[in-house]
Amino acid sequence: MKTRNPAVQGWLNIDPERPRLMGTRCTRCSSVFFPGENTRCRNPSCGAHTLEETELSPSGRLWSYTNAGYKPPPPFVPRTDPFKPFLIAAVELDAEKMVVLGQVVDGVDLVTLKVGMPMELALDTLLEDDATKTIVWKWKPVSSTEGAR
Amino acid sequence: MSKEVAVLGVGMHPWGKWGKSFVEYGVKAAEDALADAGVAWNDVQYIAGGDTVRNGYPGFVAGAIFAQALGWNGARVASTYGACASGSQAIDVARSRILAGLCDVALVVGADTTPKGFLAPNKGERSDDLDWLRFRVLGAANPTYFGLYARRRMALYGATTDDFATVKIKNAKHGLSNTNARYRREVTTSEIAKSAIVADPLRLLDICATSDGGAALVLSSMDFARKYGTTPVTIAGISTVTPVYPSTVIEAPNFATDSAVAVAPAAVSFRDSIAKAAYEDAGIGPDEVDLAEVYDLSTALELDWYENIGLCKPGDAEKLLRDGATAIGGRIPVNTSGGLACFGEAVPAQAIAQICELVWQLRGQAGARQVEGAKVGVTANQGLFGHGSSVVVKR
Repeated sequence: MKTRNPAVQGWLNIDPERPRLMGTRCTRCSSVFFPGENTRCRNPSCGAHTLEETELSPSGRLWSYTNAGYKPPPPFVPRTDPFKPFLIAAVELDAEKMVVLGQVVDGVDLVTLKVGMPMELALDTLLEDDATKTIVWKWKPVSSTEGAR
Repeated sequence: MSKEVAVLGVGMHPWGKWGKSFVEYGVKAAEDALADAGVAWNDVQYIAGGDTVRNGYPGFVAGAIFAQALGWNGARVASTYGACASGSQAIDVARSRILAGLCDVALVVGADTTPKGFLAPNKGERSDDLDWLRFRVLGAANPTYFGLYARRRMALYGATTDDFATVKIKNAKHGLSNTNARYRREVTTSEIAKSAIVADPLRLLDICATSDGGAALVLSSMDFARKYGTTPVTIAGISTVTPVYPSTVIEAPNFATDSAVAVAPAAVSFRDSIAKAAYEDAGIGPDEVDLAEVYDLSTALELDWYENIGLCKPGDAEKLLRDGATAIGGRIPVNTSGGLACFGEAVPAQAIAQICELVWQLRGQAGARQVEGAKVGVTANQGLFGHGSSVVVKR
């Protein structure tokens, strides 16, 4: 079996049963940061240096969405040749009161997306070679059974 | 103390895809601005250059490069980077220098040679750079963010793709007579509808190209201008604001917004704060503005700007557009130059080019696209990473 690695170290928990985005939370003012901020809380009225790792909510509401109709330039690495357009979602997390971007899992039709609809986190393969799989987070409509591997 | 400085001269190199060195565009724009001002290069005491690092490295596209090309004259120099807002930062440092009494005459130059296609990060593996990672991990080029704003606008305010097309058609008409514009032809609704989807709901003709071009200004103290016996157009206010925490609208190149868990979002959003700061600097309100140049990276984004710069309330931009208010002949023409729709983006030159257009308009030199009796203009623009940019120009 191939070794699974997160697309960016420290950004996500790639447990297939319990995928989570990982950020940090300020222990003084509770502000949340994704990707994690480790130096200084960016709330200018706080500025504490005590930030701890935290899991982000795995679900939220669709803030907006779009697609990539053209192949993005490097360092993007296309998964298919010829390039197949993919969807990108911006999802608002209720608990953290923040919007987080991610690609949308395969098999979702753009016309089925609606601003405000519930979305949840999923895992997918970003890159793959003979020995390793690089795992990335994606967003998936809550009702959808498509996509995530 | 008055915060005004005089715009003695303006100049541009036409936008296009010329494939030459950006230095050539910058020199041409500078020569035209100096000639327009009637100032000799040897009398310029300060030169400020707008930078970009996407097409080189810091110092390559920079103030000293233009100073060398014009012939070293010992002028003091600044090079400013603010992504698309680089130009207004160059204007801002030159103005500050003049207002501080440290120089009388300054030259501001921005120019770029842009590669074809999407603006992309420079080469190299940089897994600690969000701007690199967003391409690698998300496949999110700049139009991704434009697409998100456009779709959000449709959901919130009922904007339609016909509205977006109307913006393009308007700007294409505006740019027809502008010899500095790259695209000078009318565009039809069906042509737009047939162009390929880049970032749904935006099509190729909704999104600005990347171009080569150059723009320059000669700025001076009001005292210096008076000695010339002219009543110049002036720069009355400049904004180079950053966001206020928490910034809750997703911005390139970020993966996420700030969290509003500990602090409620400011009453004024980042994009609303950009022109607001320039109006306050100039001591005017948006109701006093006769025309505006805004950063139409996409057609849909132009509608956002109408609201952000205070031309109408949130949600009313479509009405303003449909009523023809923002076309030449309307109440408040926007992007009379043709905007990015006709120019395409030449990053460090763009905020300076916006001022060139306003100066020509306020002097009554805009020819077929002249806005009659224009006295006050405003620009708005924004650079990657959180660089606000807005300038108020008056006569």
